[in-house]
Amino acid sequence: MIHEPRRAESHGAGGADAGRRFGDGGLNLKPSGRQHVSESLEGGSPVGEVSVADAVFSCRDVSVFYGDKQALKSVTIDVARRQVLAAIGPSGCGKSTFLRCLNRMNDTIPGARVTGTITLDGRDIYSKRQDVAQLRARIGMVFQKPNPFPKSIYDNVAYGPRIHRLARTRADLDDIVFTSLQRAGLWDEVKDRLSSLAIGLSGGQQQRLCIARALAVQPEVILMDEPCSALDPIATAHVEDLIEQLRASYAIVIVTHSMQQAARVSQRTAYFYMGQLIEVGDTDRVFTNPQHRLTEDYITGRFG
Amino acid sequence: MAVADPRLLRWSETSEPSNRAEAMSSAEAFARHLAGQRLRERIFRGSTLAAAILLLLLLGGVVVSLLHGAWPAFSRFRLAFITKDVWNPVTDQYGALSAIYGTLVTSALAMIFALPVSFGIAVFLTELAPPWLKRPVGVAIELLAAIPSIIFGIWGLFVLAPALQNSVEPWMDGHLGELPLVGALFRGAPYGIGFLTAGIVLAIMIVPFISAVMRDVFETVPDVLKESGYGLGATTWEVIWRVVVPYSRTGMIGGIMLGLGRALGETMAVTFVIGNAHQISASLLSPGTTISAAIANEFTEATTPLYTSSLIALGVLLFVITFAVIAAARLMLLRLGRRALASA
Repeated sequence: MIHEPRRAESHGAGGADAGRRFGDGGLNLKPSGRQHVSESLEGGSPVGEVSVADAVFSCRDVSVFYGDKQALKSVTIDVARRQVLAAIGPSGCGKSTFLRCLNRMNDTIPGARVTGTITLDGRDIYSKRQDVAQLRARIGMVFQKPNPFPKSIYDNVAYGPRIHRLARTRADLDDIVFTSLQRAGLWDEVKDRLSSLAIGLSGGQQQRLCIARALAVQPEVILMDEPCSALDPIATAHVEDLIEQLRASYAIVIVTHSMQQAARVSQRTAYFYMGQLIEVGDTDRVFTNPQHRLTEDYITGRFG
Repeated sequence: MAVADPRLLRWSETSEPSNRAEAMSSAEAFARHLAGQRLRERIFRGSTLAAAILLLLLLGGVVVSLLHGAWPAFSRFRLAFITKDVWNPVTDQYGALSAIYGTLVTSALAMIFALPVSFGIAVFLTELAPPWLKRPVGVAIELLAAIPSIIFGIWGLFVLAPALQNSVEPWMDGHLGELPLVGALFRGAPYGIGFLTAGIVLAIMIVPFISAVMRDVFETVPDVLKESGYGLGATTWEVIWRVVVPYSRTGMIGGIMLGLGRALGETMAVTFVIGNAHQISASLLSPGTTISAAIANEFTEATTPLYTSSLIALGVLLFVITFAVIAAARLMLLRLGRRALASA
């Protein structure tokens, strides 16, 4: 049931849905002076450019339920190739849930249910024939807290290649580990202690190790769930530089609490609120000229 | 009247100054209260210390009385008590080798049967079971652990032993008995009772313990670790074998040792199905005995002092074996920990 999402223009001038202004719902948001394309929360269709020409992921009407609770409400959005898409929004807005739909990580949560369609390179990833392990191998994931396995640095990076038999010889494996660590910008710091436990690294190094671990499986997409929330500013800068470099070859979706980070690293930004995709568009445009009042309220710090 | 304690001063100050006498008496009451508090604290500390010391005394008492009771046998037979397998009350000759052998063989069998099953149960309960099935299976395991061992003994003797005698054991004798090297294990007359039956009954008895501990340690593995395994495209099995098991190795060894300790010492159920024959036989189908089964079976028949002493000496040996198992487990954990440190 793929439908052409309504474009922002179809909403008409601001205040067209004034009858359902969010402010009437009891949340006391200050009205802003600017004219907005849309101020409605109900209605489903987000403001902005939902689809892109060269999409890796296409999500159409994606809803997620944890038991009875609906965590994501009919989200329609594309993820573009070789671009960073930032998902922002207050806690519990569904941005992490959205991320976890993309590699079917929600499957691991008992009682989770996903409806709608998500395609990766045109193929439905929720189809019955889809091998979940193989899907996840094509999609790297980096988590909120650095979570290296209780193994050596080398074994952490080699974990994926080993289970997927990507390397035929030990030399091949060495090569994958070397390349991945290098791409993650960690090689110089760990090359002399590859066999020591990964837990011994600093938090920032551990997070880059987790990125290297994801890269080692040679994914097409990288999902990052607040990758810097546990890192200090210097380590954060390291990871952001890394994202900038990786963008040349991967599609990246990053969930972040920091709007500054979203502005720094992403080309497109999606704003989620209460399980809905409110607005999506070029990062510059979303941050300088938000078209939905909720987006503006959030990025100007009026709430959230 | 000097009030030294600053707290007492404050106490008296807060009272109405118009009635100094009352203030002083309430200060005294507070001082009395404090003294009582100190006394109660001292009694509390003393009693916990006493409980701890009592434990040490009990353990020491057990060891001393065991050794004292076993002394005649040990001094008479010396090393031969553990190297010889004669057990002859008529000639008053006692050697514990067959009982030691039976204890080790039945426990080893029990571990071989119980480990994979327990591992499977624990994995199923933590990773695979749908939520509605988790509780029933978990409760069933706890109930299994609560069944008295004599019930297992009766069941083993009247249900399991005849079943094995009629089906499994003849099949083993016929099909596996011809195998090179291991054939001797499965050759022999199907008695129904013997090492194999005892091993199976023991396995059923220790499965709940091992699987409960394993389930608990598996549950301590952080979700983020498992998710990063899944995130790399690992299957459930790969996540369990390469993430969950390495992470929870220490706890798993603890659970296994708990089960092994129980298997070594289990008395009643084994006594029912082991056959109680003091003999060492390569065949798992033949009857034998274990240390605890021998003690339970023969204590009332021990007519000579040396016989009684020999049975107590068996108890000492069991004590030593279980202690060695615990010590080995500790050592293993220590070495694992040191290796992790060394590589860090």
